[in-house]
Amino acid sequence: MSHPTATAATKNGDLEFFVRGDHHAPNGTLLGFWLYLMSDCLIFAALFATYGVLSQSFAGGPTGADLFDLPLVAINTAFLLLSSITYGFALLQMQQNKLQGTLLWLALTGVLGTAFLSVELYEFYHLIHQGAGPQRSAFLTAFFALVGTHGLHVTIGVIWLVTLLLQLSKHGLTLTNRRRVFCLSMFWHFLDVIWIGVFTFVYLMGSMS
Amino acid sequence: MSDTFDLGKMIFGRLSLEAIPYHDPIIVATFAMVAIGGVALLVAVTRAKLWGYLWTEWFTSIDHKRIGVMYMILGIVMMLRGFADAIMMRIQQAIAFGDSMGYLPPDHYDQIFTAHGVIMIFFVAMPFVVGIMNYIVPLQIGARDVAFPFLNNFSFWMTASGAILVMMSLFVGEFAKSGWLAYPPLTGILQSPGVGVDYYIWALQIAGVGTLLSGVNFVVTIVKMRAPGMSMMKMPVFTWTALCTNVLIVAAFPVLTAVLAMLSMDRYLDTNFFTNDLGGNAMMYVNLIWIWGHPEVYILILPLFGVFSEIVATYSGKRLFGYSSMVYATVVITILSYLVWLHHFFTMGSGATVNSFFGITTMIISIPTGAKVFNWLFTMYRGRIKFDVPMLWTVGFMVTFVIGGMTGVLLAVPSADFVLHNSLFLIAHFHNVIIGGVVFGVFAAIAYWYPKVTGYKLDPFWGKMTFWFWIIGFYLAFMPLYVLGLMGVTRRMSHFDDPSLQIWFQIALVGAVLVGIGIICFLLQFYFSYRKRDQLRDETGDPWDGRTLEWSTTSPPPQYNFAFTPRVHDNDAWWQMKANGVKRPQDGFLPIHMPKNTAAGMVIAGISTVLGFTLIWHMWLPAALSLVALILATIVHTFNYDRDYHIPADEVARIETQASEVKA
Repeated sequence: MSHPTATAATKNGDLEFFVRGDHHAPNGTLLGFWLYLMSDCLIFAALFATYGVLSQSFAGGPTGADLFDLPLVAINTAFLLLSSITYGFALLQMQQNKLQGTLLWLALTGVLGTAFLSVELYEFYHLIHQGAGPQRSAFLTAFFALVGTHGLHVTIGVIWLVTLLLQLSKHGLTLTNRRRVFCLSMFWHFLDVIWIGVFTFVYLMGSMS
Repeated sequence: MSDTFDLGKMIFGRLSLEAIPYHDPIIVATFAMVAIGGVALLVAVTRAKLWGYLWTEWFTSIDHKRIGVMYMILGIVMMLRGFADAIMMRIQQAIAFGDSMGYLPPDHYDQIFTAHGVIMIFFVAMPFVVGIMNYIVPLQIGARDVAFPFLNNFSFWMTASGAILVMMSLFVGEFAKSGWLAYPPLTGILQSPGVGVDYYIWALQIAGVGTLLSGVNFVVTIVKMRAPGMSMMKMPVFTWTALCTNVLIVAAFPVLTAVLAMLSMDRYLDTNFFTNDLGGNAMMYVNLIWIWGHPEVYILILPLFGVFSEIVATYSGKRLFGYSSMVYATVVITILSYLVWLHHFFTMGSGATVNSFFGITTMIISIPTGAKVFNWLFTMYRGRIKFDVPMLWTVGFMVTFVIGGMTGVLLAVPSADFVLHNSLFLIAHFHNVIIGGVVFGVFAAIAYWYPKVTGYKLDPFWGKMTFWFWIIGFYLAFMPLYVLGLMGVTRRMSHFDDPSLQIWFQIALVGAVLVGIGIICFLLQFYFSYRKRDQLRDETGDPWDGRTLEWSTTSPPPQYNFAFTPRVHDNDAWWQMKANGVKRPQDGFLPIHMPKNTAAGMVIAGISTVLGFTLIWHMWLPAALSLVALILATIVHTFNYDRDYHIPADEVARIETQASEVKA
């Protein structure tokens, strides 16, 4: 890499030193949101690592094999994966400038997300009810923290989605709103990816032990 | 949990009049001083009718320059508190020998050393670093603001919110007594049932949100908003270091958030992450917190390396020696800072193999750092060095930081660390690098860029007084701690039996007093410089014959920074412009697109403060309400689509002509 010295540069008397027209830096919202997601990913990384350390610390209590109801979790996984597909359809509708279609698919996404949350809440309720709450052992602490944090994210996603539905019907597919739909899309798919990790490492591997 | 529903308990939680430590004369006196000072300030602001001005021009401002200045003020205010803690500890340790127990009970002393560490790192060093980046980075890259101006304002208020919670703990309740990283099981609910640890957790969590968002903001700003022609390898070194620091913030702070959330679950929900029973693992906390904690020290020091690079080049009148090696060294430090965390707990017993790995990675960091020191020296070599105040700090830094770095390499040897771990040698080491690096760097940066911010230079007499009191005070205060540490004295003691140690602590106290005088000189410097501002005024915008773009605009810069975005062809863009005799264009102005001020950041951060306070005191009902309010306020903010406006072209023309007239 060569660096011309200032004196060498002096010889180029015809360089332009200002942008005389209107200058706009490119919008950074999508990059910024992606960076935020990466930071969020690290929160999950810490939670996964913690789960990895504590996953065998049953303290004489129940293990994953005793507790996990795999068919139920499979249904829940299906809800969440389907919701990612419906979100994709919403994006396709938005690309074609179809507001109604966008709203419809987004609403369906929200319904699937809510279904996922309901099943998760039922699962938590059931576990706590049979004495396997987060206080029982370090394993269950780490389990509830990891799965619960994911659930909390989905909850925020659903709240955001409802807000966005209102904003879309109020202002239509403006540039700002399109950007927001894209951001939520990244968020939603990101939560899907995290869930695949949760399903594999927590539920599947937990049921095998 | 009681069976009957107790409304009073739901509203007030653990908070009662007993929480106010009115029986402790030290705290009452402090409170009286703070209260009198606070009321005097409020009265003064009201009488000068400044509230409207402060509100519209500062508190709700999304201008990165205003926000930068507010960060610096926050840092200075909190530095006074942190230093007050320091001098109290020094006095206690200088007198508490043998039969004398000193003047601080251990309970109080433990809160002081915890508060000192927390405040100095999170609410002094961080605001200073973020403040300098805020002010300078957009100017150096030729941008009009940061990528997300509203988030920037919000980040500041979240940081301030955390600072407010720490300050409240002084007068309402207590602060943690567990050291600045709050290791469990000591910080578990069994051993620390009080509110101290909760103040610690929520202050850091709230401020952490601000720090993380400002990290994201600056990465995007630097990646996306550089002036045309400024490729990555043409960025000023300070901007490079700022980029690396913000990448580290984004990569490290989430881990802190996660680990503190786990600790709070253990405390609030009775879970078992770090407990002694039911399978918890306290060592995991130590690992996780240092996975954040070690990058954190590089988050603090890297931007100051950048500051010194700018200063050395400017005051030597030369291009920085080894620009590319400086950039690569910065990037290598950024990566390595993630691979050394375990050296903070060699004694935990990870085994020889693991300890050796982390010992070696730690030592490797000294290579890029050493390269930087040589680059600075070679920049000075055969330069026309002007020993202005920023340059004094820079030379002081180079000497001091090298000593601190070498004691760090000593500590990186695991077998030596087994002897020195947790001793005053360690305390001396990290103060040696943090004061010698971060604090000196901040003072250098303030002296260097002050004329850019205000339009007049700082009075060099008071600057030199500050420098000499600080550097002499620093050596007197911390060199004795190396000696004590080698003799085996451990940290965090409020009383000693062996009278032969006392002389070292007395010398250290003298040093701390000198540093205190240095701080007073630092404050007086602002006052006297303001009084002499007409003599010290700089009309050119470039008082030091600078090299980078921030010097190409007026001092203070207009709110839009540059009427015309600069085009960059060289690392030292402004130097090249000057060499080409380029002047700012005086005609053809266009309307400038700018973001609007908003109070949303302050409101949301204010609600967060309330939420934090209510959670600390287990005031469940107000906590639930403020959580709902927080969510609603955030949603309401997103319904505001009217966020920008244009400064008309003739307004731009007016501001620019005015600036040129002043110059002429």
